[in-house]
Amino acid sequence: MSYKILEKKQIAPQVHLMKVLAPDVAKASKAGQFIILRIDETSERIPLTIADFDAEQGYVTIIFQEMGKTTKQLAKMKDEDELQDFAGPLGTPADVRDLGTVILVGGGVGIAPVYPQVKAYREAGNKVISVIGARNKDLLILEDEMRDASDELHVATDDGSKGHHGFVTDVVKQILDSSEDVARIVVIGPPILMKVAAGMTQPYGVETIVSLNPIMIDGTGMCGGCRVSVGGETKFACVDGPEFDAHKVDFNLLMSRLALYRSEESECLQNHECTCKGDN
Amino acid sequence: MASRQAMPHQDPKERIRNFDEVALGYSKEQALAEAARCLECKNPGCVQGCPVNVDIPGFIAQVKAGNFDEGIATIKLTNSLAAVCGRVCPQEVQCEDLCVLAKKGEPVAIGRLERFCADHERKKGVVAPVQAQPTGKHVAVIGAGPAGLTAAADLAKAGHDVTVFESLHDTGGVLTYGIPEFRLPKSIVKEEVDYIKQLGVDVKVDYVIGKIKTLDELREEYDAVFLGTGAGLPRFMGIEGENLNGVYSANEFLTRVNLMKAYRFPDYDTPIKRGKRVIVVGGGNVAMDAARSALRLGADEVSIVYRRSEEELPARKEEVENAREEGIIFRLLINPVRILEGENMAVKGVECIRMELGEPDGSGRRRPVPLEGSEYVLDADIVIIAIGTSPNPMILSGSEGLEVGSSGTIIVDGSGKTSLDNVCAGGDAVTGAATVISAMGAGKIAARTINKYLESDSSMG
Repeated sequence: MSYKILEKKQIAPQVHLMKVLAPDVAKASKAGQFIILRIDETSERIPLTIADFDAEQGYVTIIFQEMGKTTKQLAKMKDEDELQDFAGPLGTPADVRDLGTVILVGGGVGIAPVYPQVKAYREAGNKVISVIGARNKDLLILEDEMRDASDELHVATDDGSKGHHGFVTDVVKQILDSSEDVARIVVIGPPILMKVAAGMTQPYGVETIVSLNPIMIDGTGMCGGCRVSVGGETKFACVDGPEFDAHKVDFNLLMSRLALYRSEESECLQNHECTCKGDN
Repeated sequence: MASRQAMPHQDPKERIRNFDEVALGYSKEQALAEAARCLECKNPGCVQGCPVNVDIPGFIAQVKAGNFDEGIATIKLTNSLAAVCGRVCPQEVQCEDLCVLAKKGEPVAIGRLERFCADHERKKGVVAPVQAQPTGKHVAVIGAGPAGLTAAADLAKAGHDVTVFESLHDTGGVLTYGIPEFRLPKSIVKEEVDYIKQLGVDVKVDYVIGKIKTLDELREEYDAVFLGTGAGLPRFMGIEGENLNGVYSANEFLTRVNLMKAYRFPDYDTPIKRGKRVIVVGGGNVAMDAARSALRLGADEVSIVYRRSEEELPARKEEVENAREEGIIFRLLINPVRILEGENMAVKGVECIRMELGEPDGSGRRRPVPLEGSEYVLDADIVIIAIGTSPNPMILSGSEGLEVGSSGTIIVDGSGKTSLDNVCAGGDAVTGAATVISAMGAGKIAARTINKYLESDSSMG
């Protein structure tokens, strides 16, 4: 099989958006789910959360950051190129219901998977307060889209180049300390952000949901590579998740398992960069 | 009586450094000599012992006469995956067990002769089969493993329009992600699948049933459905330390090695941890495959840890022998109780307890009982859990009214029919983890049931 790239554009330094023609996937997609893609015959399978989908036009949007070999190779692809594999939608959809007021938090490239949830929560009747953050203003993605889709949008940057000078968790804390009655907080971003956010919201007793990003291979529950510990129980993030109760997740285990192949990852990237230089 | 022709093998000292096929196959002379041992019984037991009832004396007679083309044609009348079956079937408990020669000595090497015929044909190039007259009926097959491929082939031969839905990016199921290259070269699996495609079967990969479409939706769109979804959900032991870095399910370890070709990293992008001291927990074929793969990835020492004794090892004798020859250490009558943590949440060892065998349990095998106070530690940096799998429940989400047993297996009657009107099932999805050939047998029976149902155009019940 192959899946045509309808559109590919860079939306921030090293961050790219890609619309992929996959009508069956687009038709079945729901907020909170992910896909697994493979570029070509020698590529690995990587999971990416669905950032948007259009059932009528038959495409799924993914947004990714250049991190290692596969995402760098993906970043070089152009409109009309084809991906060899694009399987999905995978995972359990987000549990979107009318709860009242919901805060949706996206950190860095994690803003992308938050976007379909903002739309879904709002459609379900919630008041949606979005909080997005990045290291600096150039790395903020989907700001306009998020503003249009949310009732309120707050921005934070680590260096203060835009919005609140500091972390998204500071902003969330301010909202929780105000009179606002918040029913749920959804946080998607780097594991360290999700860990800090979980610790911050715990004393407030507000339900907090995170979307975990462990290493995956098949994404269909057949290997357990993505296993995480939630409330002391082992769960497979690809089928039981990727969303879990943040207050029950063992983030230290998640982060140590994510670091498992660090040396292999850098070897693979170096190998790739040498080959690329050879091509020029 | 002439003795059984030995199978040429790659030298153990050489083969532990590569993923090439271990068994090299019979020469023409060896095949002729082995075929000459067959007595061509009037009431052959061997055929009954074969789950897909290959006309064994028939094809062996053709080999005897040097008509290898006819030999493979005879096999293919009932078996669409001959090159696979000749390699991975446990013939010693199937066809060869019921060979009349087995009573007094060594049975005819039926599997090796089947393999010889299939390989003979592959060398020449497989001839495209004649396509059947279309019936206008549409059948969906879920899962491209041995059960699904066999069912798809038989359904296509009957003239139905068959679509196979596979969740992974490649076909073959356990033949592709589970059984290593050194036992079953992937090029052979690919050729066998190509043959089935030539019968007119359409194969859709990357297609996760239960997510992209539900079973109920497929039942609306197709005249009949076959479920061959296997038993791909790995079991863990539930002991402390099982989530540490360096602990793999056998499914993950073998999927990385076989499907993703991690043994060719970094030419292939998928990485795998190459341990120095590897412990594989379990005693089945999957445990042997994982252990022998770990050895080929460069481990200094690979041990099989199994809670019963040699006699109860569920793996094929041949594979146990191959593993021993390669230097795999068998640590029997012990069981892990805890996985020990070293630096950076990585595995540093396994605490085990010695076992003794008590009374027979429900499976008829003697129950292993731990010996209190006999705990000791084995060093390890990789632990692979190969204690079995069960059916994956995800595929069945959105299937109203499908009856499922307590362990998640799909319930069927003797004809492969499920509780749903136009749905059959077979293979590991029904039995739990079993053999390739029994899955193929179930695929055949279910295809026959579906064919009858589509002919009569009435309910399968």
